[in-house]
Amino acid sequence: MRVLDLLTTATDSLRLNKMRTALAMLGIVIGIGAVIALISLGQSSQNSVASQINSLGKNLITISPGATVSGGVRGAAGGRTTLTLDNAQKIAEAASSLSIAAVSPEYSTRSQVTVSTTNTNTQIIGGTTSYENVHAVTMSSGSFIGQSDLDSSAKVAVLGPTVASTLFSDTTSAIGQTIRINRTAFRVIGIMTAKGGTGFQNPDDMIIIPLTTAQQKYGVKNVSSIAITANDGVDLTTVENQVGSYLLTLHNISDTSSADFTIRNQQDLIGAATKVTSTLTALLSGIAAISLLVGGIGIMNIMLVTVIERTREIGLRKALGATSGVVITQFLTESIFLTVIGGALGIVLGGILTAIAAKVLNMSASLTVPAIVLAVGVSAGIGIIFGWYPAQKAAHLSPIDALRFE
Amino acid sequence: MLMIEANKLRKEYHIEGVETVALADVTFSIAKGEFVAIMGPSGSGKSTLMHILGALDQPTSGTYVLDGQDISHVSDRDLAGIRNRKIGFVFQSYNLLPRTPAIKNVMLPMMYANVVPAERTERAAKLLTLVGLHDRMGHRSNQLSGGQQQRVAIARALALDPAIILADEPTGNLATTQAEEIMHIFRDLHNEGHTIVMITHEPSVARYAKRVITLRDGRIVSDQKQ
Repeated sequence: MRVLDLLTTATDSLRLNKMRTALAMLGIVIGIGAVIALISLGQSSQNSVASQINSLGKNLITISPGATVSGGVRGAAGGRTTLTLDNAQKIAEAASSLSIAAVSPEYSTRSQVTVSTTNTNTQIIGGTTSYENVHAVTMSSGSFIGQSDLDSSAKVAVLGPTVASTLFSDTTSAIGQTIRINRTAFRVIGIMTAKGGTGFQNPDDMIIIPLTTAQQKYGVKNVSSIAITANDGVDLTTVENQVGSYLLTLHNISDTSSADFTIRNQQDLIGAATKVTSTLTALLSGIAAISLLVGGIGIMNIMLVTVIERTREIGLRKALGATSGVVITQFLTESIFLTVIGGALGIVLGGILTAIAAKVLNMSASLTVPAIVLAVGVSAGIGIIFGWYPAQKAAHLSPIDALRFE
Repeated sequence: MLMIEANKLRKEYHIEGVETVALADVTFSIAKGEFVAIMGPSGSGKSTLMHILGALDQPTSGTYVLDGQDISHVSDRDLAGIRNRKIGFVFQSYNLLPRTPAIKNVMLPMMYANVVPAERTERAAKLLTLVGLHDRMGHRSNQLSGGQQQRVAIARALALDPAIILADEPTGNLATTQAEEIMHIFRDLHNEGHTIVMITHEPSVARYAKRVITLRDGRIVSDQKQ
């Protein structure tokens, strides 16, 4: 039998009972749609988490004071004072042997900030000139903190875009204006470009002042953290270990387990975040796959009913010269047709669901090629697997019995 | 030239250990161009004989030579091919594809024989004209009367110019006038040289045939020319 004949025979009989065809397809449409939407959303959220973390700086290693200790509560990160500016300078001096590119000591706290009648509570970070490189800061206007500002402990401030728009109705005129951080006047010298992000550690919601100024103002000698950019192409974990053991010698500690600081690298952070999202994606896709399975059983159900309903027709076709092979092929073609068309509609549904979810969740998400390939493959597979049994049943009908069947 | 040579055809059924002999060593032959009616009361074995003659079933023993080919022991696959090309079926209940245009029904055997589409359409149209349905080609099977449906079935039987036309009670579901129309078509086909084997239990229908074979209890009890 010709391929074109098979296709027209299949479409003819599917057209004869439109309602049944539509119902048989529905399960596949919903199943494929759900799988596609969830895979696409999962992948996009993984990408967006990774790119947000990367926007905080490339090849980033962060040292914070205190250590994670089991079996007892120790001071919260930042509450301890074991890291100093001197530590950061020593690490910077050893930069080439530690394979690091830049070191940024930082002091971080929260303060009330006012401009005339407007005020906000935001994160204040005391940083050095290397902060700009280490955290991949770009300026939308003005300039970043310079070495002379550090040397003179100048009262200058660089604003994050969120803070800037909170304090100034017109951010373009903010440069040169005065803001008050805990009643001390600071001159605005620059505004950073937005990185995007939300939550407690929003990189857009902060003010950066010279580290020396911050230590003076808040009366501290320590730093809250030291951020390090490793050289390109080196293994972050290796650098992390090297920096760690170097810092242990600086602190005169020989036992790694009693370290008074914690080091984390960005890769771990991305890894952890990715793991969470991919686990979630896998879980949701699993649930969607079950609905796909149910859809497949639906197809089998309908095809079985069809075989019984069309017993006479099958007998007639065999009497007129259709071999068992032709009958099997015909019924398989019908069920594959059902699932592939259902799959195609499912891709459309999945695309719509993805677009809606992306809009609602305010993230960029689009159909991915692997998701579509998977959907088409799976739906054709379902057609073959769940169509096989009914097709076999049809093919093995004896033409005599089938013709007699009322 | 002989179209059908049946030699000691025997068919036994075993149902739950009980043996039933449906056909008991039936021997006869039918020449090309004959119009034969096979008669007999129900249970006489005429349906079984028709299934074997139609290559829908195979005899337990004996040989059946159709158009020079012994088909008593061929594979299912080959039987399908023989049904397709050598036999034109006309059933009591027409057996057209449901809600399918008349022309598509006539094209069906040609599709299984891999005839090129253009030729199928042309030939189907010609055959439908022959049975007087040139104005009903696009009508769906459910839009046709019983007599019209049976005429479509006859056109379908002729689709691949078969060796024999095998009709199983072709007028059983029809009113008298329509039955007569159908029998006139068979008579015309016979006059054109077609070989026709018709199963019936109605003498009024059998009288169109030129020879009547009567079965009883699986045996031929009479074989008369008329």
